[in-house]
Amino acid sequence: MLWVCITLPHLALDGVLRRRSDDVPLVLVDGPANARCVVAANASAQDAGLYVGQRLTAAQALLAQFEAMPYDAAEADRWQRFLAGVAYRYSSQVALLPQAIVLEISRSRSLLGEWQTIERSLRSDLSALGFRHDIAAAPTPHAAQVLASIKDGQAVLTREVMQRALEAVPLVKSHLPEHAVDALSRMGIRRLGQLLCMPRDGLQRRFGAELLQTIDRLLGDAPAGLELYVPPDAVDWRIELSHEVENIAALVFPIKRMTSDLAAYLSGRDGGVQRFALQLEHRGGKATEVPVGMLLPERDANVLFEATRGRLEQVQLPAPVLSLRLMANDLPGFVPAGRDLFDERPANALPFEQLRERLRARLGDRAVYRWGATIDPRPEHSQCTTILDDNFIEPRTRPTWLLPKPIPLRGMLRILAGPERIETGWWDGDAVRRDYYIVETEQGQRAWVYCAPDEQCGWMLHGWFA
Amino acid sequence: MGTVVALSNLLEARQVWRGRSTAPVEGGQPTGWLMLDAVLPAHGWPEASLTEILLPADGIGELRLVLPTLARLTQGQRPVMLIAPPYAPCAMGWRQQGVSLQRVEIVDADEKHVLWAAEQCLRSGSCAAVLAWPQQADDRSLRRLQVAADTGRALAFVFRDRRYLANASPAALRLELAAWPQPSIWVRKCRGGNAPTQAIPFEPHIKAPGCRDKAPHTAVIPTKADTCGEQMDMLEFEERGIRFLPISRGE
Repeated sequence: MLWVCITLPHLALDGVLRRRSDDVPLVLVDGPANARCVVAANASAQDAGLYVGQRLTAAQALLAQFEAMPYDAAEADRWQRFLAGVAYRYSSQVALLPQAIVLEISRSRSLLGEWQTIERSLRSDLSALGFRHDIAAAPTPHAAQVLASIKDGQAVLTREVMQRALEAVPLVKSHLPEHAVDALSRMGIRRLGQLLCMPRDGLQRRFGAELLQTIDRLLGDAPAGLELYVPPDAVDWRIELSHEVENIAALVFPIKRMTSDLAAYLSGRDGGVQRFALQLEHRGGKATEVPVGMLLPERDANVLFEATRGRLEQVQLPAPVLSLRLMANDLPGFVPAGRDLFDERPANALPFEQLRERLRARLGDRAVYRWGATIDPRPEHSQCTTILDDNFIEPRTRPTWLLPKPIPLRGMLRILAGPERIETGWWDGDAVRRDYYIVETEQGQRAWVYCAPDEQCGWMLHGWFA
Repeated sequence: MGTVVALSNLLEARQVWRGRSTAPVEGGQPTGWLMLDAVLPAHGWPEASLTEILLPADGIGELRLVLPTLARLTQGQRPVMLIAPPYAPCAMGWRQQGVSLQRVEIVDADEKHVLWAAEQCLRSGSCAAVLAWPQQADDRSLRRLQVAADTGRALAFVFRDRRYLANASPAALRLELAAWPQPSIWVRKCRGGNAPTQAIPFEPHIKAPGCRDKAPHTAVIPTKADTCGEQMDMLEFEERGIRFLPISRGE
């Protein structure tokens, strides 16, 4: 067993910062209304002298202009669950601890590589999403959590090394029950190693069974007893904007974040999304809904973003937008498109699927299609947009352009070939009885025309031999 | 004197060329028309460039000119894009010319978006060829297409009315189709060589072997029965629910 612990010391603040592109001083505050305290401060606020634990009134005295937002525990919890979904890509055993996520990677190593490789790619995922983090690995989840809070990047791979590493840990950082830590440090016991040497029955008598259980879990002598994370089957995320947004261009940044989150989440559960909806929420509970649909399930961040942006460009905002909501109920499986080893496309080519979604987003959902020939001899029914994999080739010449609706053709004509009578379709109410000719017009065009049987007048143009 | 410029660089860039003394690099994009290939500097379409085809009217063989190329390209992996074609491509007619329709994507775009869509397709690098029918295209927008074709290494074809011939164009190759007095192609501009002064005869319509041919350009239906389409294979018609009555030709 090898557990990785990702601690997220600035979870709530990172969750707020990642949807803003500016760098104004910002703090999160919490506590009763008359004694509000700073619980998190961003870099520019810290530069100005604000610190965690400071009274809000003191902070206001120090700095005239800064933004204070209430700390939202539910929001932080949502981010933690989101990151657990991202971590789910690395392991099927993911669990949540306070301000931390643990995952078991010993069985993923044959797929993802050694610990260093996994660590690097975890870090790059988290940094790309904008979350500061510390990572450590140990044979038990709680030991990994303790080590991560001591020093970032520690990895102990065996039980013996873990035991030695834990012995040096100060008790205050050992995540043991608080009343025990208080009492033990007053007794002169400062390190975990000293505690582990003490007789168990004495400890149990003095501190109860809870302390011993925690120690056993820490060392792996008792099962960790974690409740494993199960990714939800539907996505429903909401972002509140910091101010009212009146033009679409200002929504691009938060939407880019949302779609890349969606991509990260989808690759975590190895799925794709074909249809999702973006709701632009206005004052008074009204919302503009922007449905986004793609031809195939996708999970690439760029494809999702481009598809959303293309739909959004056509939206007229009736009122300022207060918040965004992204909903996806149907998350089908994702099958990546196969590529040739000797691909003839240039190296930096945009995948064709992405190009097609881009065109559909701007030109409409039905704007890009293929034609296939059917075996119906009536020209009006001879083709459809579903490709029939058919090798039948009509032995009589057919034009290359077909008019969607025949139109009268006037002027001098010279008959080159024909007639070819098409008389069919009586069974479906669209009976056709025509003589088709190939004619040449005065301008030298070759046309495919028809007339009533045996008449050779009243020509109707139906196609061009272009 | 400034820096010395190697002559070979200038020649490779095709900004300076030696009349007809050396054969330019042969491109990998033959047009499928031997007489046209023979006069073009690259012995085919200019690679990754814009070709402008000017027409007096629709239906004089403009598609037959490019269909051999499309038939060859659609055997590959990359699709061919048709952007805002003036009519619906007749699936069976294209299939008769050897085009695999699985690799042909049609894009319906309104007038404002034709050039945008063409540029996106060309620039993406995932298309083998892009055929566009813009109603209005100026020098600037054509230049954008030329640059995009070069970026995405794709063939670009733009079909326009003949009246734009007088306007300058950044296309690497400009062809004018003429139907009168006989079908022919005029090469109006070709990068890397002098445009030939004579029209190239062009027979856009297939002739079946052994046909009793009176008029010089009588097109003939290539049926199994080789009698100028007057008598067709009745069995085959009846199998497919068509009744066919032979009628004498009204000439």
